[in-house]
Amino acid sequence: MQEFSSTVAGLTIRGVRGGEGHPVVVVHHSFGHPGPLRFYEELAAHHAAWVPDLPGFGASDRPDWARHPRDLAIILGHFLRREGLTRAALVGMGFGGWVVAELATMAPELLSHLVLVGAAGLLPEEGRIFDQILVSHSAYVSAAFNDRDVYTRLYGDPPTDDTLITWDVNREMMTRVAWKPYMYNRQMAPLLCEVNVPTLLVWGDADAIVPRVCAEQYQRLLPDARLEIVADCGHAVDMERPTELAELVARFVTS
Amino acid sequence: MFLCYFTEQPMSAYPEDEGLKAGITSVLFSNKHFDPVEGSRLYRERLAEYIAADDLGFDGIMVNEHHNAPYCMQPRITVWSSILAAVTKKAKIVQLGNPLPMYDSPLAFAEDIAMLDMISEGRLVSGIVRGAGQEAICINSNPAYNRERFDEAHDLLVKIMTEDGPFHWEGEHFQYRVVNPWVRVLQQPHPRIWVPGVFSPETIVWAAEHRYPYIALNTPMHLTPQLWKTYDDAARRVGYEPGPENRGYLLRTHVADTDAKAEQGGREFMWMQGQFTGIGHPYWVSPPGYSSPSRRLLYTQMANGLAPRPFANSYEQQTANREIVAGSPQKVIDEVGHILETCRPSILMLWGNDGKVDHKDSMRCVELLGEKVVPELRKIGDSLGLKSPFELDTPVSLKFTPPHEVNPQPARAVEA
Repeated sequence: MQEFSSTVAGLTIRGVRGGEGHPVVVVHHSFGHPGPLRFYEELAAHHAAWVPDLPGFGASDRPDWARHPRDLAIILGHFLRREGLTRAALVGMGFGGWVVAELATMAPELLSHLVLVGAAGLLPEEGRIFDQILVSHSAYVSAAFNDRDVYTRLYGDPPTDDTLITWDVNREMMTRVAWKPYMYNRQMAPLLCEVNVPTLLVWGDADAIVPRVCAEQYQRLLPDARLEIVADCGHAVDMERPTELAELVARFVTS
Repeated sequence: MFLCYFTEQPMSAYPEDEGLKAGITSVLFSNKHFDPVEGSRLYRERLAEYIAADDLGFDGIMVNEHHNAPYCMQPRITVWSSILAAVTKKAKIVQLGNPLPMYDSPLAFAEDIAMLDMISEGRLVSGIVRGAGQEAICINSNPAYNRERFDEAHDLLVKIMTEDGPFHWEGEHFQYRVVNPWVRVLQQPHPRIWVPGVFSPETIVWAAEHRYPYIALNTPMHLTPQLWKTYDDAARRVGYEPGPENRGYLLRTHVADTDAKAEQGGREFMWMQGQFTGIGHPYWVSPPGYSSPSRRLLYTQMANGLAPRPFANSYEQQTANREIVAGSPQKVIDEVGHILETCRPSILMLWGNDGKVDHKDSMRCVELLGEKVVPELRKIGDSLGLKSPFELDTPVSLKFTPPHEVNPQPARAVEA
């Protein structure tokens, strides 16, 4: 994977990319990612994989004016056009799934496929989305894993200062756009019926961040969605089951 | 000097063992432990103490606002301010302060302030604060915009108090198609604005740049000189010479007839396991975007248990450092006199009672403070030249300082 940067709306968007083939764009969790993941490498083996840091997250510039994940979705849409990724498969992880779903409601023609993995964005009919504001950064990120050892291997124990700062920068940006209501948008659900894009929903069966019922709600609301449950896996499917998720995405995109 | 009475209004009747069991006494500590019968009793007792403080000649009574915790029974600053405006006669009502960014309507604050100023016949000091970090969670006000909202709400508040309506306001965080409240402040150009804080350099500089007195909330004595240097440097940069009239200090001060009895009451300042705002988590105290990026690493380390959290010193250490003063009137006069000499504030908030000090002992503390301590501190203050903003009739702010009195110094000269 190699680093890239792109300028959209006066903001520098940074990230990593690699591989050839049908473009697949991965959008990270609210807590970002701990550097290039095996999941990205495996995607890049068969596709042109792009992993931008969302505006204000990781190494990308912060749009001080942004107040809602929809604002990030607009920037993401312009980024796709700027880089010629106008028929890409979009894979959104958790909070990133929400941003991608927002983009799909406003510009479905940009997407060849939509993959939502433990995606936020809907008010759960039962339970609630785990509120990271009430816990420490490490408590929240570790709660995204069913296998604690994977968390420790990826983030270290204890996490480095660089990891702490990245977590906090990302948490601040999430707060700027999704403080209230937390992690959902009542104005998105009524528009999902217009997303005529083949959609794959992937949920870890032990997702402790976004309740499984949200998967069922997405499946009901989207015109063409099917659901895959990953056994013995938490919210961070991309980190806990990179090979399995990459295979699911590859099969879906080539089908 | 300006000598003011304060109590945090503790909900002292909460079951402490439940707090210890929960490991927290704020934000998520269940209000099933709040007994409204005891709450009613405590409110009535505080009312009697405030009336006594007014009768005994305190210059002011300080009120504040906190949420979701037993350490403070004042979740709306306007409520006690209103009661005091009606039942007291001479004491100024010192709000420290109105948490401007926490709510969505600076206009509502302006209306409250105007009403209070008129009802109290011009006895209001309308202090302002950003609000503590955990209040952002309790009120659900986005912490990442807290400082921006504070700045904008302040500008709007001052405009409402000093300019005729109607006007409209199109700000980054607040918008009004009509600003035209049919209530106006009595004091001209507006009630004094004081800014309390712990040790945030940004807030100290902000207060100094506006020529608002900064009220140091029981900051450790050894840090206070640095605090005033930060203030004074900023004041000179914007063009005025700061003095004791710009300085306030809140001090835990418990008085009883004997030193032994006072120590009993003084130890109650440690009642929330020694923590000023009870036991909470650092990630509540500094929610995302609330604190300066310069402290991001330290606060994130603390939030994740990778740096020690600042816990209060022991009672013995705090009394040795004069962060808590407890004793018979003469002992308190001597100790506070020493603080006046070294810190030179002209505004002193005497935080008299906390924890489970009962009504009888609280009243006795108020009486001894009012009858014996305050008159002596006034004399000491006079001898040290500690004149309050009221005594000197200083301008309420830099904005309302006559232009010929303002002589800014270039930043470079200050650095040299």
